[in-house]
Formats: sequence, C-alpha cells, structure tokens
Amino acid sequence: MSVPILKQAQYLIATIQSALSDEDLLALQTALVEKVGKYRSRGVIVDVTALDVLDSFASRTLRDIAHIIRLRGAETVIVGVQPEVAFAMVQLGITLEKVSTALDLEEGLAYLDKRLQHARAEH
Amino acid sequence: MTEQNPLDDAEFCVPVASVNDIVTARMQGRVLAEQLGFSTGEATLVATAISELARNIVQYAGSGDIIVRSVTNGTKRGIVVVARDRGPGIGDLKLAVRSGYSTSGGLGLGLPGVRRIVDDFQIVSDRQAGTTVTVTKWRS
Amino acid sequence: MKSMLEREVALSDDVSTAELLRELVEHLRQHRTELREEWARRITEAKVLTAMTDAEIFAEATSVYDNYVAALATGTFEALQTYSRNLSERIIPRGVETHEVVGIVLLLRDVLARSLFAKYQTDFQVLNRILDAYEPAANRIANTVAVGFVQERERIIRQQQEAIRELSTPVLQVRERLLILPIIGVIDPQRARQLTEQLLHGIRANRARVVVIDITGVAAMDSHVANHLVQTVEASRLLGATVIVTGLSPEIAQTLVKIGVDLGKMNTVGDLQGGIEEAERLLGYKVVPTQEVQSQISGFREES
Repeated sequence: MSVPILKQAQYLIATIQSALSDEDLLALQTALVEKVGKYRSRGVIVDVTALDVLDSFASRTLRDIAHIIRLRGAETVIVGVQPEVAFAMVQLGITLEKVSTALDLEEGLAYLDKRLQHARAEH
Repeated sequence: MTEQNPLDDAEFCVPVASVNDIVTARMQGRVLAEQLGFSTGEATLVATAISELARNIVQYAGSGDIIVRSVTNGTKRGIVVVARDRGPGIGDLKLAVRSGYSTSGGLGLGLPGVRRIVDDFQIVSDRQAGTTVTVTKWRS
Repeated sequence: MKSMLEREVALSDDVSTAELLRELVEHLRQHRTELREEWARRITEAKVLTAMTDAEIFAEATSVYDNYVAALATGTFEALQTYSRNLSERIIPRGVETHEVVGIVLLLRDVLARSLFAKYQTDFQVLNRILDAYEPAANRIANTVAVGFVQERERIIRQQQEAIRELSTPVLQVRERLLILPIIGVIDPQRARQLTEQLLHGIRANRARVVVIDITGVAAMDSHVANHLVQTVEASRLLGATVIVTGLSPEIAQTLVKIGVDLGKMNTVGDLQGGIEEAERLLGYKVVPTQEVQSQISGFREES
C-alpha cells in the first residue's frame, strides 16, 4: 500500500495509513527523495496519526528519511504521534532523536514556516 | 445455556518468516488485548512488544513463531507472548537484556525495552535449540 | 434381600461420581422452571435484595441459575467467576451488599439440595453418593460467586480512588499552548504512569507547545520514577511539546545524573515562576515586568 504524498506550496505532506509494512516505509523514503528533488521542496511533513505502533524499524526508517531529506536541503517534521504510541516508544527506548516533531499537520506547517523565515532572515 | 467465556483459552500462533508477518502478529495481538479489556495504551505496549520480538525473529533467525494467549491467575487477566525461533541463539544473554538509561545497550535486539514494558520476562537461548522469549503483561 | 442389597451396592460403586453429577445436572435442568420459582420465592421471603424489584430479581435469577448448573455440569468455575463479576458490576451500584449475594447463592444451594433429597429419598445409598458429588461443587460455587462479588467491589473502590487521585493532580492550562503540571507528594510507578498519560492527552487536547513540570513539591525520587520523568519529557517531545522542569532539588538532580541523564540536555529552571517566564519566552510572548505595567496604567489615568 503506497503512501499518498501531497504537494502543498513548497512542502510535501506524506500521510501514512495504518498497518504500514516495511516495504511501504522504504518505498516512501524513495518517493520522498525523488519528489523533494523534483519540486525543490523546502519541507516534508510525515503524518503518522494513523500508526498504532511505531517500532524500532519504523523509527530508524523515519530517522533515515529525515537525514536523507536534510541532505537534499529540506527539513522533515514528524506529526501525529499518538499519546499511547509515544508512551510505548519511550518505554522501549525508541527515540526519534534529531528529528523534529510537532503535534499535528497544522503545527507542523507552522513550524516549517517559522524555520524557513529564520533561514531567510539569516540570508 | 452454558456461559463459558470464549476468551479464557484464547490462543493464536503466527508463523513469522517475513517482515509482513510482523504486522500480522502485532495486529492480532492488539485485537486480543483489546478483547481482553486492556486499555488502548496497554494494547499498544503489547502490540509494540510483539513487533520487536517478531522483528528479532525475522532479522536474526529467519523464521519462527509468535504465539499469543490469554491467561488468568485467578484475580487478573493477562496476555502471554511467546517468541520462538531455531536461530543461532544469543551468546551473551545478560548483555542482551541489560537495561541502562542509554538506548544503545542490549545488543541491538530491543530486549531491554521489551523487558521494561512487560510484567514478566523470560528468555532461553542456545546454539542448538534457538531462542525463546516469553513475556507476560497483566491487565491493570 | 441380602443379595439384592449387595447387588445395589455393587451397582452404586460402578456408577462414577461424574455420571452422578451428570444425572443431577439433568434433573436440575429438567426442573429448571419450578426450582427457579421456588428460589425466587425464598429470596423474597428472606427479604434480601430489597434494592431490586421482583421483576429484576427474576430476570437475574434465570441467568444465575443457568450459570450455577453450568458450573456443576462442567466442573470448571472460571466462567462462573466472570459471570459473577459482571453481575456484581451491575448490582453493586444498586446497593446490593455482600451478605445478600452470599445469602441468595446459599438459598439456591439449599433449594437444589432439597430437590435432590426429594428425588432420591427412596435410595439412601444413591442419595449419599449424589450429595458427595453435589456438596463440594455447590460450596465451591458459593465461594466463587462471593469472591467474584468482593473482587468487583474492590475494583470499583480502586477506580474511585484513582478518580480522586486524578482530580488532585490537575494538568493546568495557564495560557494558550502552555501547560503546567505541578507534582506534589510521593509518586509511585502507577501514579507516575497516570500522570504521563494525563499529560500526553492534555498536550493533545490543549495543543500545548510548552509544558512546565514543577517538582518542587516532590521530596525524593527513586531511579524508577526519575526514569519515568525522563520518559515523560521524551514522550512530550514526540507530541511536539517542549518540557521545562522546575523545582529540581539537588538530591533529585543527583538521582537523575546517577541514572545517566545529561542534565545539560534537559531544560531545567530553578523555580516555577522562572519556568513559566521561560515558557512564555519560548512561545513568543513578550514578558513585561510588573512595575512597568503599573506605571503604564497610572500614566494612562493621569492623561485622562
């Protein structure tokens, strides 16, 4: 099941459906990298609201996605981690270290806007 | 007429040989947990533990089984997850389950994490027989 | 005569307890309607379950009877225990008490026993065998139901206690996007879990971007709870919220360091007031010192 990726201005929004397989995650990584390049996106939001389990593999892959996207000059924000999922993750010691997170899509977009403003201000 | 609770002996077994089986095993685990009255948070813990254990099987042993069954100790209900494989075994069990604050401990098997979220954790492992991890989570 | 008696005794020995139980279960099922009515009548006579109407008693009586007989039939009691707890969950809020529940189960035991006396009164040997089979099972049933009821009561009491605990540790929304969680007193692992759950749901409900966790009121923390605090901070971050910990005593700071926490990475401020100010700064609120506000106000008054 492939993950739908929407383009919204200079951002890409990937909405993950539940029951995501390993292959789907890796396919998402490839698709995002390709689209970031194609549209010269400045930010990527990965919405995991529908994920009921975020295990170590998913966490590693999300970190890899953020890392690769950053190499392409864009910032990744993970949004929609559910309270129960967050709780399970920290108990298991799974972290999304060095990956930005926000509560939901709205917050994620606000965060990206702010970051881009700062980036522009620096220039 | 007889009102036997159908969940008293609920048990299922998912053969795990590929990463897709991980999702199957944890989804079924979640369903059973919720049927047994576990809260969403607890069911998530169960599903995540299953996911980690099943992943270990696929990554290190190639194939194995995840068996999940309901248990009761008279006063409370619980879930037992048995993850078994005939893989190469874990050399240093103590190291594998050692829990420190840092997440880099545990030989990358995620076992310290699993141990933190369950109420009972047993592991048996050797070169001949493979590895069997048995964890229990009681409903609060 | 003697040989006939001998034959009868021999027959009785051959008939196993299990078969006798099956026979008596069959009898109880066949006479279900009348025995149930007899029982309901005796309940009313004994003036128990006064909190329930006759119609309600009769409705519950049917399923209690069936579960009772099923337990006798199968020899297993888990289903009965579950049923007992469900039943208790229904009737406890109605004000039914333990002695009433035990009372009606014992009444049922007696009604059924009398029925067995009546049926087997001609054959004392068989009656004895039947009772040998019936009595331990009936007593186990009474026990199971009573224990189920008591457990349910205890669960309800625990639930109420938790509700009280939750009320006593509110997650406060002070400003938009800012939550404060003051923790007071002793935290055990269960309460710690509860606080984290409340906080995470609060972050989502209030769309909080900053959380101030104030532990000034916490005397001591063992490493488990300290770990929990760290996990709470991390989990909050996964929901997009920054956590500021205030009121960290030197002892607790030591515990955190001992479990491997890099205090440099944790956002800590001395006291709650300072923490709130830091939070407002992070949120982009302009913090105006109180004195300035006063002079602004009085200045305005002078002008008018």
